[in-house]
Amino acid sequence: MTVGSGRALVEVRNLAKEFPLQTGFLEQLHFNHGRISRVRESVKAINGVDFDVVKGEALCVVGESGCGKSTVARAIMGLLKPTSGEIRYENKRIDTLKGKNLLPFRRKMQMIFQNPYASLNPRMTVQKTLQEPVRFHYPDLSPAEIGEKTAAVMQSVGVDPSWTVRYPHEFSGGQRQRISIARALAVDPEFIVADEPISALDVSIQAQVLNLLMDAQEQRGLTYLFITHDLSVVEHLGTRVAVMYLGTVCEIAPTRTLFATPQHPYTQALLSAIPRLNEVRPNHIKLRGEVPTPINLPKGCVFHGRCIHANERCLHDVPRLRKAASGVQVACHAVEEGRL
Amino acid sequence: MSVALLEIRNLEVRFAMRHVTLVALRDVSFAINRGERLGIVGESGAGKSVAAFSILNLISKPGYISAGEILFEGRDLTKLGPQEMRKIRGNRISMIFQDPMMTLNPVLTVGTQLTECLHAHRELSEPEAREIAMERLAQVHIPSPEARFDQYPHELSGGMRQRIVIATALLTNPWLIIADEPTTALDVTIQAEIMDLLLELCESQNVALILITHDLGVVSQVTERAIVMYAGRVVEEAPTREIVRAAKHPYTQGLIGALPQQTESRRRLKQIRGVMPALTEIPPGCAFHPRCPYVLDVCRVQLPGYSIKNGARVACHMVAAQMQTEAKESES
Repeated sequence: MTVGSGRALVEVRNLAKEFPLQTGFLEQLHFNHGRISRVRESVKAINGVDFDVVKGEALCVVGESGCGKSTVARAIMGLLKPTSGEIRYENKRIDTLKGKNLLPFRRKMQMIFQNPYASLNPRMTVQKTLQEPVRFHYPDLSPAEIGEKTAAVMQSVGVDPSWTVRYPHEFSGGQRQRISIARALAVDPEFIVADEPISALDVSIQAQVLNLLMDAQEQRGLTYLFITHDLSVVEHLGTRVAVMYLGTVCEIAPTRTLFATPQHPYTQALLSAIPRLNEVRPNHIKLRGEVPTPINLPKGCVFHGRCIHANERCLHDVPRLRKAASGVQVACHAVEEGRL
Repeated sequence: MSVALLEIRNLEVRFAMRHVTLVALRDVSFAINRGERLGIVGESGAGKSVAAFSILNLISKPGYISAGEILFEGRDLTKLGPQEMRKIRGNRISMIFQDPMMTLNPVLTVGTQLTECLHAHRELSEPEAREIAMERLAQVHIPSPEARFDQYPHELSGGMRQRIVIATALLTNPWLIIADEPTTALDVTIQAEIMDLLLELCESQNVALILITHDLGVVSQVTERAIVMYAGRVVEEAPTREIVRAAKHPYTQGLIGALPQQTESRRRLKQIRGVMPALTEIPPGCAFHPRCPYVLDVCRVQLPGYSIKNGARVACHMVAAQMQTEAKESES
């Protein structure tokens, strides 16, 4: 299944990831009313996520903290082993691959992390940080060629190549994030997963890094999976948006359509909460209650407890992502039945 | 015009390090009236939190207030002793901090923390304190306050915790609330709820609010007047609507222009080149000149004074020159 016109580069099918709360056997034993029972609870970080990333697009995943957006990113990159489901890259299943078989995909897929203070090794010079992945993925290159390659990539992200002998602590936050981007770009990837790459940075630096990411996409024909909670960034950078709530995708739509006509009740509430300039305080949609715990997920639609449109069916049936309009997929009974 | 509730005059804060003395705030002046909402905007390191902390005399060593006055209801807070200060801090002026998990004591119940604050400032019996605390919890829209009263902070969500912090700040009917990035640690939907709450409370109880944030969107929706800070100095002050619509200082213009919502989607954002200087290496002249697209020769050598017009002030040589030519034109 492809959405839009392009070819799917990454396909995520029915992906689920649970984190067990009690890992040891003794932790699982509970003494209750004179009986010993074994209890196994888990945090259901993502349950049944489906989407495609089309070649050349920038798919943004948005949601509030704890909705599972980073877990999706990490599962795709192979940093977490999914509990169930499939991840395909160019039609080849990659979540079951290991070692040598996974290696070519590791070069094609790179990741940029949120905190540039934690994602760069403080004991490695920038040169070492950038050259290590190149040497690893291109063992045939001579040291001189590796040096040329890293110098070129540093130039392209706007960091002076003569600074390669410095350590990360000698750079500002924005420059460190440029270096992390350079590290991702150094091995000529096709697909980049960026997990909140600008949320640790100041406003004026955010703009610099966003521009850099957009330039890199244009010049290298990259595909992005961009994880963020900042909706104004999504509106600016994303070609398509997937909105997540409590481990499920509630809506996927082209950016412009989503911001103009949000369909899912959660998306509507989320968009109405963006603080915008030039506006008198708008009446944002107030959600009742709070996000339920992912340990005991609500039955039926995970959003039903906070949704004003919820009815009997929402309490029992889990809504599936369905095509609502061209390119728009919504997981909501109310939208499907035309009640909304 | 009535006397301002709080007036800060030429405040200078220094940090005495081993080898150098850093000037964290230089010549900061602003005022806030009763019931007014003032925003302080700037990037990290601009000195907005230092300004807020110095109002309550919370600057800890090696920092100290080296010059200036902080007048609250006509009294200079910098000259008060610790006993006197304690009567004002948390009583007439309350503070809300960024991270509600850090502000609340994890080993005390919500109720204990609320009543403790009341006992510190008022002579009240336990049931009286409890009653006031309950009333405040209801005011910040906490569902079932009786149940929450005996819970610990870890049992509550982030938004709920920040509501508790706001309830604590309101306990003693303060005249001024200083909120330092109150919603930065929260999600957008919760941020909107907390901001609505702050706005509602300030309006209904005529409390003045100083909102410190890096988020221009939040400032534009909550405050009436705003101050923009850069490298320890106020660079622009104006009614919030003016700042958003027609900022004068190149730095403010840059900040607003850099917001993704100001540019058409998928276009390059207008970025400010470079980074804010560290306090150890503030350039001579205007601190913004290495990043300014309109830099003049005078900017490199001379610190710009304030040009004042229609209740707004800007520290920029270019704006000053423009205003002068405008004034000359109107004369002739």
